[in-house]
Amino acid sequence: MSDTLFHLFAVLTVACALGVVLNKNAVASALCLLVCLTGIAGLFVLLDAFLLAVLTVFVYAGAVVALFLFIIMLLDMQGGNRKPFTKSSIVAGAAAAGLLCTGLYSFLVRGHIESPVLATTKVGGSSLRAYAELLFTTYLLPVQIVGFLLLIAMLGVIVLSKKFENLEDIK
Amino acid sequence: MSPFVSLPLALVCAADFLRVDLNSYLYLSALLFAIGFFGVLLRKNTLVIYMCLELMLVAATVALVAFSRYNGTMDGNVFVFFILTVAAAEVAVGLAIIVALFRRRQTIQVEELNALKN
Repeated sequence: MSDTLFHLFAVLTVACALGVVLNKNAVASALCLLVCLTGIAGLFVLLDAFLLAVLTVFVYAGAVVALFLFIIMLLDMQGGNRKPFTKSSIVAGAAAAGLLCTGLYSFLVRGHIESPVLATTKVGGSSLRAYAELLFTTYLLPVQIVGFLLLIAMLGVIVLSKKFENLEDIK
Repeated sequence: MSPFVSLPLALVCAADFLRVDLNSYLYLSALLFAIGFFGVLLRKNTLVIYMCLELMLVAATVALVAFSRYNGTMDGNVFVFFILTVAAAEVAVGLAIIVALFRRRQTIQVEELNALKN
């Protein structure tokens, strides 16, 4: 059952990822990204990471895609008659992506990575307690740094989107 | 080889291929990363390039969560937790930069942003 679900979510995710790349309309790309992220949340559920699945839907599918759609509407750039990609960029992109895929595939196959059997000990990916214990002991410093990073990002966005009356003032 | 032998063999091979283990998740992750990379190289619209970058980031998180689950540790999950936070901040800053760029140049197509050329 879970194998079938994995293949379902994998096909959904890959198809929607291709939709993001190949859609001419930016709004359609953003909506494909939304479905793709939902599929990834499903994969997280299959991997027993329920909290991360919920967070992915909230943060990525909720906030990030909404922000993307908002910016697309704000800038109002429907490509017009311009072609979204040229022939040479298709060849170059496909070649590069194919090389990357081949490299990773040979790394996984030739590297003889023994796929470990599913860990029998439940690590409690669903319980907040397990996350909290790690976040407030081993990873306390990264938590502080990430909090500070969020503050800096907020300040940076405010400065970037502020309209300066005359640029000489800040020079 | 007669079809009576090769057909069951093919079915066994297919069943082996369809069996889900850690490598399946890693292949999926690699494929998603490659698609995102393809999009970054292919597209001309800065917003779509940015979406493809997000796709690459998410592909890496799938691998991390799969490693975490199959090795029975929590560290991968906590890493993904941090990646989610950083990605949210990154998207906010990146989109602010794109909006500032659009206000200044009236375009976000990469082939028109060639002020550094020559």
